Amino acid sequence: MNLEEYKGVYVYAQQVDNQISGISYELLGKAKELAEPLNADVTAVLIGSGVKDLADSLAEYGADKVIVVDDPELKDYRTEPYAHALASVINEFKPEIVLVGATAIGRDLGPTVSARVATGLTADCTVLNIGDFPLQPVPGQEQKHNQLLMTRPAFGGNTIATIACPNNRPQMATVRPGVMQKIEPIKGAKAEVIEYNPGFTPDNRYVTIKEIVKAVSDTVDIMDAKILVSGGRGVGSPENFKILEDLAAAIGGTVSCSRAVVDAGWKPKDLQVGQTGKTVRPNVYFAIGISGAIQHVAGMEESDIIVAINKDEDAPIFDVADFGIVGDLNKIVPALTESIKAELEKK
Amino acid sequence: MKVIVCIKQVPDTKGGVKFNPDGTLDRAAMLAIMNPDDKAGLEAALRLKDEYGAEVTVLTMGLPKATDVLREALAMGADKAILITDRRLGGADTWATSSTIAAGIRNLDYDLIITGRQAIDGDTAQVGPQIAEHLQIPVISYTQELKIEGDKVIVKRQYDDRYHVLEAKMPCLLTALSELNDPRYMTPGGIFDACQAEITTWSRDDLKDLDDANIGLAGSPTKIAKASDKVRKGAGEKVVPESPDEAVSYIVSKLKEKHVI
Repeated sequence: MNLEEYKGVYVYAQQVDNQISGISYELLGKAKELAEPLNADVTAVLIGSGVKDLADSLAEYGADKVIVVDDPELKDYRTEPYAHALASVINEFKPEIVLVGATAIGRDLGPTVSARVATGLTADCTVLNIGDFPLQPVPGQEQKHNQLLMTRPAFGGNTIATIACPNNRPQMATVRPGVMQKIEPIKGAKAEVIEYNPGFTPDNRYVTIKEIVKAVSDTVDIMDAKILVSGGRGVGSPENFKILEDLAAAIGGTVSCSRAVVDAGWKPKDLQVGQTGKTVRPNVYFAIGISGAIQHVAGMEESDIIVAINKDEDAPIFDVADFGIVGDLNKIVPALTESIKAELEKK
Repeated sequence: MKVIVCIKQVPDTKGGVKFNPDGTLDRAAMLAIMNPDDKAGLEAALRLKDEYGAEVTVLTMGLPKATDVLREALAMGADKAILITDRRLGGADTWATSSTIAAGIRNLDYDLIITGRQAIDGDTAQVGPQIAEHLQIPVISYTQELKIEGDKVIVKRQYDDRYHVLEAKMPCLLTALSELNDPRYMTPGGIFDACQAEITTWSRDDLKDLDDANIGLAGSPTKIAKASDKVRKGAGEKVVPESPDEAVSYIVSKLKEKHVI
């Protein structure tokens, strides 16, 4: 493998139902930063059926080029035709770096493609930099420059590791949604659009989609909320979430929850914060009746202000809370709602 | 019908995380358990055994002490257990691990392979799809439900805002979510039998079609540049108010101080 042949920072521009996913714009923002020291272009890889029109919005968020793989076989996400599309683009265009969102799609597509093109893949990254590997010079070992350094949590968020892929190309990472910043869109920006179709021949690895069932949810995406009122098992029942909804309404926030609440069937999965849910970083995070398992904390500890209410004085949530209140949520939360309403009326 | 379940022994990070006095993770003090997603995968396989008489083989790669999770799987009802263990395989990343496990699976007959979605130590979710890629079979990740229809498997596959019902022809590989089921307990008879059962052990030399360039630390494309235990920002204030009103005034004063209200 001639590493010098591989150039450019590529982003898998995930789309679902021909709508670009937010993670795609976040990745483009990061790719632009990474491309600068490398003096490279940013290329978005757009895969789907009838998706060509989406190229302009990718340009507005920072793509210099857009490679479009458009084919009827690619109508809805399936591992095989999508992996074939992305792997073929990599083999044809030879990027130096490929970023994929760590979504339920990207965490399937990424490993399949990286194995197919025989390179490394670092999962669920939260920090990406360009730097040297090894970080410090080691006698007898070549120090390589301009490497992608990929930082990720492991052990349920208890440890962090920085990983490089010095001898294989492309360097591939999946990136957690909600962590990287998108750029302010440049209205009217245009990218060079390259259409590419490697050909799709269904075989035994093409699965059949028999049914698609979309979750019905009219709620705000918790990743965009400035204030989250989050409930755990301690809330006691689905009905009792009413007191959290009232608080959220009073303070202009959105309700979210812990995994225990989703597992109990009280709230839908898209409201779940944590390792297997969403990573959030609101201005204020209310953790109400949430014990604070490490997997939960991993998804919310970057919040600016954390207010925890829990009756168990030893709950681990108090280890990360800025303001911890030991007490009965059933008494405190409704009174807090009334008090906040009164404060806001004064203004 | 033959089902292979890939399982991993992991430190229990759920709630039982222990720290050394210097703040680093105390791995020795943590329990080693069967990875929860893998256990759901095993339960799914055992239900295929109950329903269709499937033969269930569990396979793991790890240190010799990983036999503990294989014996647990046997005690739950698995028929055969295989341990892949060899110093030369140590330090493997997901590419090297999946290359190695795929080579082990090539020694076996199978209709279905089930892995967990991800392990709670690495959280990568990469090894399952990569095994499928090495074996050139279809993969369905994030399995919420599954059933068998003839030579096909019908799977409810979870996505962020929806699920797809997918049909794949066997042989194929599924990665299981913990939500798939509630795994059964070991039975006393099962535990007794599992203690006596023979566990097949394979070394590097038992794995065919496996290039030395793709195994162990040296065969891993990804290299660790730095690893450290995470420094958390630490606890702020904690108060134990006498009354709900006192609690409310405390929170409201803090929200005002921070210009939230």
